[in-house]
Amino acid sequence: MNLFASAIAWILDPANYVGLNAIPLRIGQHLVFSLVTLVFASAIAIPLGYLIGHTGRGRGLAVTTSGGLRAIPTLGLLTLVALWVGIGVVAPYVALTVLAIPPILAGAYTGFEAIDRRTIDAARAVGMSELQIVRKVELPLGLPLLIGGLRSATLQVIATATLAAYVADLGLGRYLFSGLKTRDYAEMLGGSILVILLALALEGIFALIQRFVVPRGVSGRPGTAPKLRTGSSAAAR
Amino acid sequence: MIEFRSVSKRFPDGTLAVQDFSLVLPSHKTTVLVGSSGSGKTTLLRMINRMVDPTSGSVEIDGEDIASLPPVKLRRGIGYVMQNSGLLPHRTVLDNVATVPLLRGTPKRQARADALAMLDTVGLDRALADRYPSQLSGGQQQRVGVARGLAVNPNILLMDEPFGAVDPIVRAELQQELVRLQKELDKTVVFVTHDIEEAFLLGDQIVILREGGRIAQVGSPADLLARPADDFVASFVGADRGRRVLHVERHGDGNVVVDSDGRLAGVLNGEPVAGTSAGSSAGSTPGAEGDR
Amino acid sequence: MTWVLANLGLIWARTLDHVVLSLPPIVICFVIAVPLGWFARRYRVSRGIILTGAGLLYAVPSLPLIFVLPAVIGTSLLSPVNVIIALTLYGIALMVRVVADGLDSVDADVRQSASAMGYSTWSRFWQVELPLSGPVLLAGMRVVAVSTVSLVTVGAVIGVQSLGSLFTDGFQRGIQAEIIAGLVATVALALLFDGALVLAGRVLMPWTRRVAPPKPSVPLEVSAA
Repeated sequence: MNLFASAIAWILDPANYVGLNAIPLRIGQHLVFSLVTLVFASAIAIPLGYLIGHTGRGRGLAVTTSGGLRAIPTLGLLTLVALWVGIGVVAPYVALTVLAIPPILAGAYTGFEAIDRRTIDAARAVGMSELQIVRKVELPLGLPLLIGGLRSATLQVIATATLAAYVADLGLGRYLFSGLKTRDYAEMLGGSILVILLALALEGIFALIQRFVVPRGVSGRPGTAPKLRTGSSAAAR
Repeated sequence: MIEFRSVSKRFPDGTLAVQDFSLVLPSHKTTVLVGSSGSGKTTLLRMINRMVDPTSGSVEIDGEDIASLPPVKLRRGIGYVMQNSGLLPHRTVLDNVATVPLLRGTPKRQARADALAMLDTVGLDRALADRYPSQLSGGQQQRVGVARGLAVNPNILLMDEPFGAVDPIVRAELQQELVRLQKELDKTVVFVTHDIEEAFLLGDQIVILREGGRIAQVGSPADLLARPADDFVASFVGADRGRRVLHVERHGDGNVVVDSDGRLAGVLNGEPVAGTSAGSSAGSTPGAEGDR
Repeated sequence: MTWVLANLGLIWARTLDHVVLSLPPIVICFVIAVPLGWFARRYRVSRGIILTGAGLLYAVPSLPLIFVLPAVIGTSLLSPVNVIIALTLYGIALMVRVVADGLDSVDADVRQSASAMGYSTWSRFWQVELPLSGPVLLAGMRVVAVSTVSLVTVGAVIGVQSLGSLFTDGFQRGIQAEIIAGLVATVALALLFDGALVLAGRVLMPWTRRVAPPKPSVPLEVSAA
């Protein structure tokens, strides 16, 4: 436990709150980097996922690609792109965007797919146009699973951003690698603890968001009439 | 008036769901399409609001070929009620009923007021207006489904086994409610079911379908019972079996009606009269119901 | 390509290292997750605690975890044991939920009829519930296997040798072919493990084999609007 004491001492050391290596700055970098990556990935994955989910076309391809991408080790992709584009922040951005796409894509299209077909059929039968079906039915009902996809993508990006410090001077991972180089275990451990806390905090935030975006009426709130329909509750997991 | 003109439908997987189907569905009457699964009854129903387009032939509403009408606009003018209600789970009862009027551009305040009134029409307590579908019983959901189908005051109401998923007691209640509504509203109703009892109860015109959407017989309930076209129809309506073949027996001072198995079906009030309504009235006696 | 041909021995050696690091987590996590998942399902309280704990554990990033483990269990920082334990923990975190969900997915009627026939709780679990949740467990294990194989590479940055060493070495020496060889070998290994699991599933669960492709149910074809 002595090791943890020194790690906490490192985290609390005022010397680590000034200059280019300041902890708040590193945390900010880590978050901004992750956020930008997620925005890029979402801009690609969400429209594509909605298209797949609404039309049902290209699903097989999406499943295969997502599964295949999961098998690709992040470090390999990261180092390969870094060799191509050179050391710097471009490689992590490219590699992590690629990695964040599959979970968001899956969240988007499974969100649409999990909706009771009869609900969509009925919406069409009463005269909703395809665009209205997407906007008024599929979007709100598919939101919980999309947020679920964003949640796993975020966790993955936060974790991999740590690894990104291997090829770029970026974020909290820097402490791990510079500590490794100088054999300063307090720094490594302190940095690791910070990353873990950051990841857990985001996990908690997402858990809260996910609870709020489940459309009312789908969540099966207790205390009211008995729940008789089971078909449409799939979206609530 | 709805008219099918030699309509056929082959699905992309090769199944021939409907084959050369022609029929006139008179206005302000209830036409019931009856058949077992695979008879194409739902496909036929869905052709009326262009949820399914025929492979050949045409469907006309009041003389106009609906293939020339934009499907979305057409559907907004036709009421549709399906099994499992098909309500939007994330919208309240009131918003569900108001869905189509809002799609058609009715002002929100008006649409909600109309929807509230519609709840009365289908016999739902206004207190349920703010509930979500999952908070209602199956029967209540089905009533909301009917209210939604009626919300734009359509001339045509399509009902696809709307009472198929509720228990028998609630089903009987909803059927009576529909009979009452139809007396009040006088719509052109097209009703799909596999339950011949339901067909006899609700239908002015009954269409018995064989596999592949071929018509076995069209007629009033009494026609079908009294003059079944063939053995298929006879067996479908139950005219060949005990409980629809009734005779009168003398019992003490009165007459009782007994089926061919010797079970009591009801009491005969007065003397038998000439006519063809005996079949349909026997169909709704408690004895016949209890057999289900 | 020439690099690959000249270094087949190295690639093979790293592949073996990789298998040694990835097999134990895959096997151990299953052995631990089954009883834990069963226990999670057994009581309301245990379900909340175990599944929340598993969710949080799964959220911990892998590299920091590998750095933290030595401080907790007293291993040396460069020990391969850290990687194996970290990956076992991820496997457990994922599989506990899968086991609980899989047991949930067993039809209540089947469960009750098994009890009615006279199965004890113990025999019912082993002979009815566990086999019937098999397909769900298999799907979970496939995810565990693929992600474990992929995550093992992370250890390379602190010097634990695996196919990931080809990434760090290729990156530092600027050999693109080495990184690509590492990527291909890792993915191939992941697919091999995945295939082995699918095969095991077919052998152990003959009832899930499809006899004929399922026929489409009621056609809900819709005309283009």
